Amino acid sequence: MPKFITPEEAVARIPHGATLMVGGFMGCGNAHTLVTALANSGKGEFTLICNDGAVLNGPDGSECYGVAKLIRNRQVKRLIASHVGLNPEVGQQMNEGSLQVDLIPQGSFAEMIRAGGAGLGGVLTPTGVGTPVEDSPLVYSTVELEGKRYLMMRPLRAEFALVSGYYIDRKGNIWYRGTTRNFNHVMALAADTVIAEADYIVECGQIAPENVVTPGILVDYVVQKRRRTL
Amino acid sequence: MNREETRAFIAKRAARELHNGDVVNLGIGVPSLVSAYLPDDVRVTLHAEDGIVDEGPWPDPSNTEPGYIIDASGRPTSALPGGSYIDSSLSFALMRGGHIDCTVLGALQVDAEGNIANWIIPGKLVPGMGGAMDLVIGAKRVIVAMEHTVKGAPKIMKRCTLPLTAVGCVNLIITNMCVLEVTPEGLLMTEINPEYTVAEVQAATEAELIVSPNLKPMAS
Repeated sequence: MPKFITPEEAVARIPHGATLMVGGFMGCGNAHTLVTALANSGKGEFTLICNDGAVLNGPDGSECYGVAKLIRNRQVKRLIASHVGLNPEVGQQMNEGSLQVDLIPQGSFAEMIRAGGAGLGGVLTPTGVGTPVEDSPLVYSTVELEGKRYLMMRPLRAEFALVSGYYIDRKGNIWYRGTTRNFNHVMALAADTVIAEADYIVECGQIAPENVVTPGILVDYVVQKRRRTL
Repeated sequence: MNREETRAFIAKRAARELHNGDVVNLGIGVPSLVSAYLPDDVRVTLHAEDGIVDEGPWPDPSNTEPGYIIDASGRPTSALPGGSYIDSSLSFALMRGGHIDCTVLGALQVDAEGNIANWIIPGKLVPGMGGAMDLVIGAKRVIVAMEHTVKGAPKIMKRCTLPLTAVGCVNLIITNMCVLEVTPEGLLMTEINPEYTVAEVQAATEAELIVSPNLKPMAS
């Protein structure tokens, strides 16, 4: 059973320099309350595994939406992502040399996380063959099998995953709304400690077993999302 | 044609490449306009890589909470009745696994061998590849829809000079000047915008063009 704690108590468990996965796509599905608490924590030097650096001027009226807060505060020393063009501060910090960015194709990124959480030694994918991805430190090697070339991608894991669900029940089972599911589902599989935030915390049975997307056995802590998280 | 008319002309021509029932992924920019120009008898299923199968039209006035449902460009949107929201791993399995019939996307450069570069200009623009690499290697048919040149400089090259998105994956190139099929022999011009001569199109193209004996006027 997960423990139900406050966002501040959750963030207190995350040490300076930790490796974090944060679900979301352009900020949609970021664990906004947890990320805001982390942004206010003063901790940093994080390795952030997140599809992107989110965006500035978020739809919630925030100047820095989602993980963009961590970038703005310079709390991230390394970002592993697939796309960073919509938060210009990522590019600025990259060019200054203060932020290391590893770009990997989005589908490989998803599977590398899944592999990390599923006990697989890597991902064999044709994506990125013949491109600069071949030189990424996240690629083990290039292999040829039955006449076709593949990249062997490393699995990804993190110490903490911050995921966002809409309904989360008392056993930690998660149902996602709309496109917020994105990377949250795979990331819940691939971290030592999974902290989930819920729009609504519900009783067991309110999410029918058929409708549970991420099973609660993966979730260690649950926090209540705050409606305004600016 | 002004810029807007040019973009609409390309999108309209690209729309004619889609077939009823196709599962389609449309890139940002000109390709995102394509769905607005589909013939009445053609209904396609739009895939958005952030996790939508059968995306509805946009903007979607019913979506009043954009924090929950966006498409791959970040636009508030929604799935149609009968559509679905899926996670990123499945979304990209649909691409790589050959479950997407066609993608229409833009490019910085394409070349005579069907290589495409559309994710980075070293030293200038480093946005990242996002989903583009998975999309172009996985979709059954890859159509590049773009303006023929950028600030007068060619984008259709003998060999891409920018870092590649993928090797040898482009099937068709649609621009404001012409339609080009990528063939083992090179780029075959099958249609030409009547506003231009073959010599003008070739002059705006670095790659050598093969002119089809059945060259037709490009209709949008």
